[in-house]
Amino acid sequence: MKVLVWDKSKCIGCGTCEQTCSKTWFKEENRVKSRIQINKTENGFSGNTCIQCGECILVCPVEALTRDSKGIVRLNNKTCVGCLSCVGFCPTSSMFVAPDEPIPFKCIACGICVKTCPTGALSIQDQPDPLEKVFYRRHF
Amino acid sequence: MNIYQNPYNPEKIKAAHKLLAELKYEIKPLVKGYSNQTLYINVGENKIGSKPVDQDMKDKFTGGRGFNMKLLWDAVTENTKWDSPENEIVIAAGPMGGITQYPGTGKSIVCGISPLTGAPVDSNVGGYFGPYLKFSGWDAIELQGIAKKDVIVYINGDEGIIQIFEAPEEDTNSHLIAEQMCDIFAENEMDMKSIATVSAGKGAENSFFGCLNFSFYDRRRKVARLKQAGRGGLGTLFRHKNIKAVVCKFSGMNANNNEVDDLEKIKDVGASYHRELYKEDDKQCDMRHVGTAHLVEIMDDYDLLPTHNYKFGADPRTPKISSVVWREMFTQGIPDGCWYGCTMQCAKCVDGYILQTGPYKGDTVSIDGPEYETAAAFGANMGIFDPHFIVEANFYCDTYGIDTISFGTGMAFIMECYENGIINKEITGGYDLSFGNGEESLHMLHQMARGEGFGKTVGLGIRRLKKLFAEKYGADPKFLQDIGMECKGMEYSEYMTKESLAMQGGYGLALKGAQHDEAWLIFMDMVNNQIPTFEDKAEALHYFPMFRTWFGLQGLCKLPWNDVEPANNAETDDPAKVPAHVANYVDIFNSITGRNIDKHEMILQSERVYNFQRVFNLRMGFGTREHDMIPYRSAGPVTLEEYESRVERYDKQLLEKWNWDPSGKTLEERHQKTREFREDAYQKLCDAVYKRRGWDNNGVPKIEKMKELKMDLPGVLEVLNKYYN
Repeated sequence: MKVLVWDKSKCIGCGTCEQTCSKTWFKEENRVKSRIQINKTENGFSGNTCIQCGECILVCPVEALTRDSKGIVRLNNKTCVGCLSCVGFCPTSSMFVAPDEPIPFKCIACGICVKTCPTGALSIQDQPDPLEKVFYRRHF
Repeated sequence: MNIYQNPYNPEKIKAAHKLLAELKYEIKPLVKGYSNQTLYINVGENKIGSKPVDQDMKDKFTGGRGFNMKLLWDAVTENTKWDSPENEIVIAAGPMGGITQYPGTGKSIVCGISPLTGAPVDSNVGGYFGPYLKFSGWDAIELQGIAKKDVIVYINGDEGIIQIFEAPEEDTNSHLIAEQMCDIFAENEMDMKSIATVSAGKGAENSFFGCLNFSFYDRRRKVARLKQAGRGGLGTLFRHKNIKAVVCKFSGMNANNNEVDDLEKIKDVGASYHRELYKEDDKQCDMRHVGTAHLVEIMDDYDLLPTHNYKFGADPRTPKISSVVWREMFTQGIPDGCWYGCTMQCAKCVDGYILQTGPYKGDTVSIDGPEYETAAAFGANMGIFDPHFIVEANFYCDTYGIDTISFGTGMAFIMECYENGIINKEITGGYDLSFGNGEESLHMLHQMARGEGFGKTVGLGIRRLKKLFAEKYGADPKFLQDIGMECKGMEYSEYMTKESLAMQGGYGLALKGAQHDEAWLIFMDMVNNQIPTFEDKAEALHYFPMFRTWFGLQGLCKLPWNDVEPANNAETDDPAKVPAHVANYVDIFNSITGRNIDKHEMILQSERVYNFQRVFNLRMGFGTREHDMIPYRSAGPVTLEEYESRVERYDKQLLEKWNWDPSGKTLEERHQKTREFREDAYQKLCDAVYKRRGWDNNGVPKIEKMKELKMDLPGVLEVLNKYYN
């Protein structure tokens, strides 16, 4: 499974990835609407983007969140009812919500930001397949 | 999914429908949480109509239970009985009902004149019906009249059509009819979540404590699940009207069907509350894994778990029905909210259960629950510490449309009567109904559904049974009054109140009968001793019933208010009120409606409806002090056996609490003195509460109070003038 990976040691916090992301998906340069969030910390920067763990799939009441054939967790905008359960229950706080957007959004490892990052801090990397637990258990 | 040995045929069911009435209407978007009209249906006359909701109605009654009570008041007279054709079932969500961003926001409130109490009752229930009804264009639905034959009412909120069908082929029992409605009215399996059904069952036809089942389709389990409007016999009323089901179809769910004033604020509050649940629930109540059943062992630890008809509060066998057992039996790892976005998800489910008894023996079913009340009632109160019995009886109560609380408390009463020789095998039809007898209890349940045998007699409810046992079998009416755990005709829910005077009031002073949804003060009172004086208790019995009434006005569930608390809640000024969550509710109400209320106006909104309902009780011949009196079993030890079981506690209280030295006194004397002190304390509590609520010493709201609340409506004044003059 290929996921977006952020390298702390290379990030300079320029915000190019955030602008690229929001422009790609929301047609506006607005970091609040980026699916990757870079924040300044005491020791540099912290990067927040989805690790595709799939915990959000378990809390979605309408099955709007599913894993695609490549293993990426995707939100079906038409099915989503904007309950924000996934926002509250994301272990890495990588499901985002922004003003004027009734439903949340997340990184789908499209890789567009990787190409624009000036320092090579972002990459798409192969990760182990998700654990079985992220598919809900069929006891019935 | 459920697996039936005798599958039904949806085509055959549909083909038998005969259209009796139809109304087409224009669907308009909501305006800040309201549709601004209500739906009127008379199944006796096949009439369908609408009524406008104006600003004055919203100002005075807010919505939900408030709208229901106003519509019900207008529909009935002081002579209306529960089975009169003009009596209604009224169902509403409130203005906050149906938002998806905050847990517990999909509740329907059901009202009607109760078969058990003869007075107005309200019952709060999950499932999708109330919000779907509102999104279909209706703030409430009135169901009046008595149909000649079984009917279904169908509200198609996608196309704006309302129909009444004659419906001879549907099953009456809820687990089947809820699925049949999905099969008949959904376009396909994906569309089944658009179907919400209200139904009852055969047991509701043959008992006075029938419940209503509100469905929601679980896409993962592929089952139409059921939540219950349990209290007050509204299922009995539903079936008396010959309504098999009321169905609402709405497929247009989105993030803002309520067309709220400020969605951004609601998103902020909702997302942070979800996060709080994520972080805190496992450490606190663990609602997400065991639901309300987490309470079983806690109640036992504090001597509060009703055991053997409320004689005792604990039992060594409780671990057999504790949350450890339920955690294992409930399927984990699936969203279990009974409305979209409820991450508290207390609607737990036992899946793949093969029924052992009754008409569906051998079928494989998913069973909603048991919740705490059911586990406590069937497990400890009936003395049957067997989780499989509890699950089986839970399934049948639900599908038959029988309130598990009234059934459990009613059976506990029957069992004590049996053990005291008041009734015997000759009367019960050969069944040994001693405490602990699960198999015999299931026979009673199935008999009740068939309307035969002693099971049907059990379905009369405790108040009618007391009269029957005294008149027919010569039982001592005083003893029956002491042990029959009902107030106003409604069976007690499952908490021991002997050591909490405030909670005795929580039950006795509740408007509709002995239900704990107005106030749950046992820990504040008994465990933490935060409200020691009568005035303190009266203040709590003012604030909490008003605050909790507000959930019913808005279409909310109570549980997300305090079944998880912010990590720093204990450090706040008033932890019992959970101030941060109260602030959430105020913020959300304002963000939906565009109004600007504060926490004081919130209480006023409730006071208006609460006092109106109290006057409604008076109008129907109740609503005074005598109707607030409680059975002594809820205040103290009725029998010497009970006194002896906690003898050190009672003796100590005589000396320390009431300054009466028990040494050298006989057991009978100490027992009697305890009773005198406790009964006197309850009267003093009533005095204090009535005063705090602005009522006279007989428990009737003063005219000045109604004027102050701007609820001095002509009908209200007519009732009060008649009383005060």
